[in-house]
Parts: sequence; C-alpha cells; structure tokens
Amino acid sequence: MKESSNPFTYAPAPESRELVSIESSYDLFIDGKFIAPKSKKRFPSINPATEEVLSKISLGGKEDLDLAVKSARRAYEKVWSKLPGKERGKYLYRIARLMQERAREFAVLETLDNGKPIRETRDTDIPLAIQHFFYHAGWADKLEYAGHGSNPRAHGVVGQIIPWNFPLLMLAWKVAPALATGNTVVLKPAETTSLTALLFAQVCLDAGLPAGVINIVTGDGTTGASLIAHKGIDKFAFTGSTEVGKAINRALAATGRPVTLELGGKGANIVFEDAAIDQAVEGIVQGIFFNQGHVCCAGSRLLLQENIHDHFIEKLERRIEKIRVGDPMDKNTDLGAINSKEQLQKIVELTQSGEVEGAKAWQPDCALPSRGFWFRPTIFTNVTGAHRIAREEIFGPVLSVLTFRTPQEAIEKANNTPYGLAAGVWSEKGSRILWASRELKAGVIWANTYNKFDAASPFGGYKESGWGREGGRHGLLPYLTQSQTPRVRSGKGARK
Amino acid sequence: MSQERIDVKKTYKLFINGAFPRSESGRSYPIFRKASKVLLAQPAQASRKDLRDAVRAAREARSKWQSATSYNRSQILYRIAEMMEGRRSQFVEEIMAQTSATKSVAEKEVSESIDLWVWYAGWCDKIGQISGANNPINGPFYNFTSPEPVGVVGVFAEPDFPLLGLVRAMAPALVGGNTVVVLASEKRPLSAITLSEVIATSDVPAGVINILTGLRSELTPWLASHMEVDGLDISGEKSRSAEIRTLATENLKRIADFNTSISPNRILALMDQKTIWHPIGL
Amino acid sequence: MSQLRTSKSDLARDFGISDDRSLSLFLKTLPGVDQVGAEARAVELGTRSIKKESKAWAIDMAISMVDLTTLEGADTEGKVRSLCNKAHRPDPTDPSVPHVGAVCVYNDMVKIARSHLDSIGANEIPVAAVATAFPSGRASREVKLRDTRDAIEAGASEIDMVIDRGAFLSGHYKSVFDEIVAIKKECGEKAHLKVILETGELVTYDNVRRASYLAMIAGADFIKTSTGKVTPAATPPVVLIMLQAVRDFFDRTGIRIGVKPAGGIRTSKDAIKQLVLVNEIAGPEWLSPAYFRIGASALLNDLLMQRFKMRDGYYASSNYVSIE
Repeated sequence: MKESSNPFTYAPAPESRELVSIESSYDLFIDGKFIAPKSKKRFPSINPATEEVLSKISLGGKEDLDLAVKSARRAYEKVWSKLPGKERGKYLYRIARLMQERAREFAVLETLDNGKPIRETRDTDIPLAIQHFFYHAGWADKLEYAGHGSNPRAHGVVGQIIPWNFPLLMLAWKVAPALATGNTVVLKPAETTSLTALLFAQVCLDAGLPAGVINIVTGDGTTGASLIAHKGIDKFAFTGSTEVGKAINRALAATGRPVTLELGGKGANIVFEDAAIDQAVEGIVQGIFFNQGHVCCAGSRLLLQENIHDHFIEKLERRIEKIRVGDPMDKNTDLGAINSKEQLQKIVELTQSGEVEGAKAWQPDCALPSRGFWFRPTIFTNVTGAHRIAREEIFGPVLSVLTFRTPQEAIEKANNTPYGLAAGVWSEKGSRILWASRELKAGVIWANTYNKFDAASPFGGYKESGWGREGGRHGLLPYLTQSQTPRVRSGKGARK
Repeated sequence: MSQERIDVKKTYKLFINGAFPRSESGRSYPIFRKASKVLLAQPAQASRKDLRDAVRAAREARSKWQSATSYNRSQILYRIAEMMEGRRSQFVEEIMAQTSATKSVAEKEVSESIDLWVWYAGWCDKIGQISGANNPINGPFYNFTSPEPVGVVGVFAEPDFPLLGLVRAMAPALVGGNTVVVLASEKRPLSAITLSEVIATSDVPAGVINILTGLRSELTPWLASHMEVDGLDISGEKSRSAEIRTLATENLKRIADFNTSISPNRILALMDQKTIWHPIGL
Repeated sequence: MSQLRTSKSDLARDFGISDDRSLSLFLKTLPGVDQVGAEARAVELGTRSIKKESKAWAIDMAISMVDLTTLEGADTEGKVRSLCNKAHRPDPTDPSVPHVGAVCVYNDMVKIARSHLDSIGANEIPVAAVATAFPSGRASREVKLRDTRDAIEAGASEIDMVIDRGAFLSGHYKSVFDEIVAIKKECGEKAHLKVILETGELVTYDNVRRASYLAMIAGADFIKTSTGKVTPAATPPVVLIMLQAVRDFFDRTGIRIGVKPAGGIRTSKDAIKQLVLVNEIAGPEWLSPAYFRIGASALLNDLLMQRFKMRDGYYASSNYVSIE
C-alpha cells in the first residue's frame, strides 16, 4: 500500500530548533580562549538539509596552528603532565556531566550541522560521546593497570583530525583517551561539521579545564595538511578516508612519529540460510542506512546465501519501503540528508557506475525534499565482485548484494578487499558464528548484530582500514609510550 | 699410504617453501672469513623474483600456520630449539668464522638463541590471554577482543649477530601466527642458512619460514613495497627505517621496530586486535 | 513469495501437517528470533512521535479496537451492563467518539451483555467470551468444548480461547493443534476464534512465533497475546513477533489473521505504540478493528482523556470520564 493511501501518516514532529543558539561566526579555540584566526579567513558552514548558511567558521592557518601547538606544549609541560591522574580524571568526569546536561542541545546542533536524523544524534551520537568521556575519566588514575607496563607515559602533544560523519562522537573518541592518558590536544574538526566541537570548547571552559589542554583549530584540508606537517606534534591520530590516511602516513613515515589511522571500509554482512531472518533484515538496514551510510564500518556488501536470496531481498525491500527519508529534525526521520554536495556527487557517480556495469538498482518510491542534499536508499542486486560498487567505499545509503553457496565462499568473498574494518555474520548456529568470526579479516565482527558501538569496545581496522584501536583498554595504547622491558642480556650494537 | 681426507663443502642456498633452491638468477656473492679477504662461502644472491616466490610461499602457508592450534605452534617452535641443540658445534663454528667472536662468545650466542626460541615458544598459547579482553558493554552483548596475526611478515635480521640477530627478529612474528620472509644478515648469512636446515627438520610447515640471502640494497625496496606483505619487523634494519616506512605505506604495513628482543609487545606489534560482538538473549 | 492461496479448511494439508511429527518438524523450520534484535527494533519503533492529526486519528482508531473487558470473580450484571453502555458510547457527551471493538466477558455474563447491548441499540458490537477453562485452560476437552458451545448459545460471536501451554511446552504440539481445530469447529460460522497464546508462559520469542503459526494453521481468526492474568503480557516485542507472523502467513496463504494484544496496555501512549507496530511491521492493511484489537479496560478512559486534551487544548480530569 502506498503511503498516500495509508490513513496513518505521521504528522511532522520537529524537534525544537530554539534549543540552540548559533552565532553568526566562530573563532578558533586556542589556549583556553576563543580568538580570531590570524589567517583572517572564514568559510560558511551550511545545513545540508536546507543549504541554509548556519555560521561562518574560522579557517585556521599555519600561524594559528603554531599558536595552538605552543599552547598545547605549554599546557602539557606546565600543567597537564604534572597533574595526578585522579585530578585529570575529575576534569573528564566534569566534561561528561556537563555534556549530559546539554545533551539535547548537542543533538540539535549536530543534526542541523551534519544533516543526520535527530533520532540518531539524540539516541546514539551524543550518549555514546558522553559515555566515552565517562569511561576514559576512570582510566586516568589507573593507567598502570592498563597492561602497558608499570610506568606508561604520555607522548606530549597530540594532533588529531576527525571526519564529518560523527562529529562529536569522533571528537570524543579522540579527545577522551588522549586527555585521560595525559596528553594535550590540537584538534581539527571536519570542514563541514565544526559546530559541536565549538560547543564542546565551551563545555571545556565551563569545566575549568586548564587553558591549552585542548585546542580546537577549525579549517579545511589545508589546515589538516599544516597540522600533519607541524614539527611540534608528538603523535597523530586521524579518522577519515583511506586515501588521505595513506597520504598522512607517507608524510609522517620517515619521521617515525606515531600515528593512529582509522580509515575506510567495505564491510561484508554475511547472511546464512539459518539466520534469524527478521533480525538479519533489520541488521542489514542498520548496517547500511544508519547515518545515511556515512559510516566507515558500514555493512555495504550484503553477502547472501544463494538459496535465500529472493525471499530475503523481498523482505529487505519491504522493510526499506518503511524507511522515512526527510527532514533530519523530524523525530520520525530514519534517513537524513547527505552531508555535502561533494559527497552526494560521489554517491551519484558510483551508483551510476553500478548501473553501467550491469547491476540492478532498486529504490523505494519515497519523496525527497526539494532543497538540500538527498539520496534514496538503494539496493543493487546482480552485483559481482569486480563491480566498482562491490569494491569502492561509496559512503552513502547504497547496498551491494552478492551471493555465495558455501561458508568458505562467503568468507573468501568477504575478505576479498584491501579493507578490513568490520564485518557482520548472521546465523543461529553457534559454531558457524565463531568459525566465521575467526576467518573474517576485520577488526570488528558483529555477529547477529551490526553497527554497535561502546566506549569499552576496541574499534579499528585490519589491512588498509588503518591501525591502532579506539575504545576499551586497547584504545589507550596508541596514546601511551610503552616502557620497554630490559634488553636481552647480550645487548645490541655492532660487533667489531 | 695415508692421504688427508678432502672435506665436503656445503653449498649455501635459499630456503623457500620448505625447499633449498639456488637463486633463480643464478647469482651468488662472496662471504669472507671474519674481516679478512679469505673466501668463506658463496651464498645465493636472491633476486626480486626469489623474493616474490618467497612471499607467495608465505602467503600460501598462512592458513596452515594460523589454523594450527597454539599448543601445536608452541611445540613446533620448541622443536626448533631441540634441533638446534643437536647442531651446536656447527652454529658455533659458523659464528666464529663470520664474526670476531671467540668460542665462548659464540657458544653464548648459540645458547641464547636456543633459549630465546624456548621463551617465545611458550608465548604461543599465552599471548592471547595477556593481551585479549572481555569488554563490559552497556547493553546485552558479549564482547571480546583477541589478537590475530597480520599475515605475511617481512623480517630484517640484525646484521651483526648472525644467529641471535636472526632468531630475535623472526621468533615474535611466528609466535603470533604470521608466516615470514626473512632477509638474512647480508655479510653474515651462513647461520641463517644452517638455521633453515634445522627448520626444515622441525615440523614447521613448508612456506611458514622463508629465508633469503643477498644484498639488502637490492631486496629491501621490493620487500618493503610488496602488497602481499602485511607487516615488517625492521628492528634489524634501523639505518633504512625512513625508506622502508615510506615504501610500506601503500598497503599500510604494520611496522615493528624495537630496541629490545624480549617482549610480548614485540609479538603484539605484528598482530591486529579483533573485537567480536554477540547478543545475549533467550 | 510463493502464495498457497488456500482456503482455511485446507491449511493443515497445505502446510503438510498430519501428525505430531510433521507439525513439530514444521515448527522447527521457522526462522529463529534473536531476542536482542527483536527488542531493539521494538524500542526503536517506540520512539516514533505521533502528533496532531495523526494522534487524533490514532486515538479514535484505538478506541474502535478496544475489546472492553471485565474478567473478575466479582463481576455482576450491573457491572456488565454499565460496561456495555460505555462500549457503545465511550463518551456520552460526544457522539463522534466511535464505539469499541467488542465487549469481553466471562461465559456466564455473555447473555446479559448481549441482551443489554441489543437493548441500547448497539447490535453491531460483538460480545467476546473467554472460554475453554480460561485462564489456565486446565480442563478436559469435553468441558472446553461445552464451555465454547455455551458461550455461543448465549450470544457470543467471538471466542477467546486459551491454548494448553503445558502441552505446548512439553512438545505435544499436535494436541494443542487438535484442540484449536475442535474449538474452531465448535465456533463454526457463528463465532470468530481468538487464540490466546499466553506468551508470558511461553517465555521465548521462538515459542511465540511457533505458537502463532500453530494457531493460525489450526484455524485461528485472531492470535492473542495473553489472558491478562499473567505478566509479562502484551509487550511491544511480543506483539512485533506476532505481527511478523501474521504478515508472513498472509504472504504465504493470502489469509489475513488478526492480532490482539491484551494485558498491560493502559495508556494512550502504549496504545499508539501498538498502532505504530501494526503500521510498520504488518502494514496499514491491519489498521482496522477487523484485524487488530486491544484487550483492555482502563485504557479506554485514558484514550478519552487524551481526546479531551486534544479537543480542549488543556489536560483533562478523570472526574469527567466514567468509571466502569
């Protein structure tokens, strides 16, 4: 039945925009103060759902980064490295609590700035970001028990670059462990999504966090490149595309300075014939349409056992017809706006290639708003492993369906990618779940679930999806220098 | 009439996929006794094609080595130590021939090498216990993290200690379940070849350990850039660190670079942590 | 999806069910239910925000779906009569309020309810009787059949029967099945059959799905969650599983079975959540008293108070709705 003939259409249920006040322009947050950029440049940040300009964001230049790094260095040496862990922890607890108090404000701001549905910012992004601070706050005075030696030490000043898909959550993933381990931070938010980071700066001020412990330098790719090139940074962490990640690593490789990379993916979601079908359908939907598919660990390849293909696709299509696409501020919206025009163009280009290469596209018949950047949920069937849509990260609400006949074939196809971030497996058979989980070459395996995140759960990739983990005990390691155990008795050094 | 016996000289060859081929290039290069001009041996000078074959063998061998139980891997690595013990004198003589080591120093290097295998062998079925985790999730999920091998690891043996420098570079990678392609010390490669003969009789599946002799300048770029090599232990090649790290970027090879040989962190540097989620329900 | 397009009397044959073994095998081919995933989906749908005109529509739809129920040892003729009045005119001051779906009573009150409804001009409101040794179901089959016959003779046009949970849990599926078939036969053309699974005693969602199929193939017109005497009762995930079952059953057979949650649905918010489940799981075709009922008593007043609030623009007082 078409929506139009359904008497139970949901009336608009918009979240109140009045919860946030957005300034007409924003400065950089350096040394505990909001200061105008030395670059004198600012760029507009728009709401991708309406194309309305929300604010002007400062474009941090080299001079601004110099100030930020100096401020972070000073804060590290004078304050933060001298503070006992338990006191550092208290700051993080304060930040978590202040974020809880302003949770709805963060959610609304994130939705306006990013285009993702308020249901997701309210129920996922913001609560998880808060949990991340809460979790790491407790580590600050327990680092010697983290399994990295009895005297783990901070690197010093950490440079961090985060993506636009989960702006505040990725900030939390980066900032919380860095501060808990005793580092100070220079953070560059993504060009299109700076607003929640700037609100977070205000939270840090309200928490009384010492000046310079965290510095937020907004900007574009040039700002990021200057950050990577900065000699005053001891450790880097980047989340973003594999292409940029490799470029960063190439730039840093010769320096030997440590870098954590959390990059792209082409996650396989494998459904066996004995799966709990309705939950598997739900998991596939969560896997690819959560956050408009702007998820590095998205389950963008559905691997279906051939003998359930038609039945499963029918159920999946029926489920997708229920997805509510539209105004991200509406509490009933499931799929919001694509984050930017550029991203939309990329999705369009890749899906066109799918059709040219012979895959069959299906989309539900849903109306899209006239302004803003939108893309209908899309399924491609008749996809083969050689198609671009089966190999390249689309980073949008586009699912490629492939089939397999045996468990071995499923694993071979799932692993046939340079990526290795996440994979899913659906079966009601315990031994098969454990077998597949072992065989899959990916850092996160969601068995009979998908796209679940938790501050205590390590997250990160195999292969070209990056290295290092974020979250859990393992996520502390990249922010600590390990105290190495004594050398082998004969020592090292050249023998004459 | 008594005549002095003519001893039988050994041909030093490569170790690839459990076999001992010469270089496909037909090349060898001279090794001299200590720092002298006296020819000691002419080991094979591996080419990039030999390296490619070694990587292919290591890649093929991954499933055998990774699917072996940790207990089994532990026994196989321990077996290497047992077999080395039986060839002590050969190892000692070769170390003395290649380096300035006295007999007692050479003896010590052999003992330490054997003991290091024993130490690492014992880690096979313990590394997951000390580095894994059961993560308490805010929800009805069982969630655990455990380390897994990265795959094929290129190992640069240390240049100066012909045997110990080799063992401490390759053992940690193997403990984690990786298969290895080892570049032996360029100037002191003989112990590596003898060790490969030990390995060939130690139940190590073919292809799990591959050892190449030859010129670092020739082989390093190919090993560092090879897209089917997943990790590198460059602790034995500090001088080329920047070059190797840059070349290793394209497929984001994991790099292990340590100043210490005894550390479980060295094993973990060539492993990736996998986290598995599963719902808990009726 | 391959449809059998079968008639109800041929269902057992079409599903290949002839004995305990074939029934048991069939039930075990049904896909499992992952508890965590099913509950997460129900929670997610529970966050739907139903406002303004859609809320007004949903409240009236919910009122028309209520099986207004009294099932107490202390029930009297007077109580039942006033319940009937309420069923007919939930808000005597406002004739635009629809009548409820049915009045649901114990067997001995059927006659009183039927005759009173007829006397106030509410002929269109059916009387539902809980039969078959409700709520435990622990009686001989003869007694259950007699119980059903009595109710129908007294004027019940809907029979809410309970399944034998003991037999189900001990794997005697065919016995449960045969009992439903027998009761259905007793109902004939005179009464609709609602089969109560008592999901709170079946415990797992796998069991709920199996019991749903068992009841549907045996001839149920409705599958109902609970007696109201056991908790948990009509939780959103249980209803979600049952809605999936009727949807999939329809795809396979072309026969549309109804669903009746009962027990624990007390507020308008609860009821609207149920309608969201119906809409998004089974589909809008089920949004009708013909295919969805809500077994409740206190719910009706809360729906009325929400209706007042929407009409008047301020919160209503319970002093303005009658207590039955």
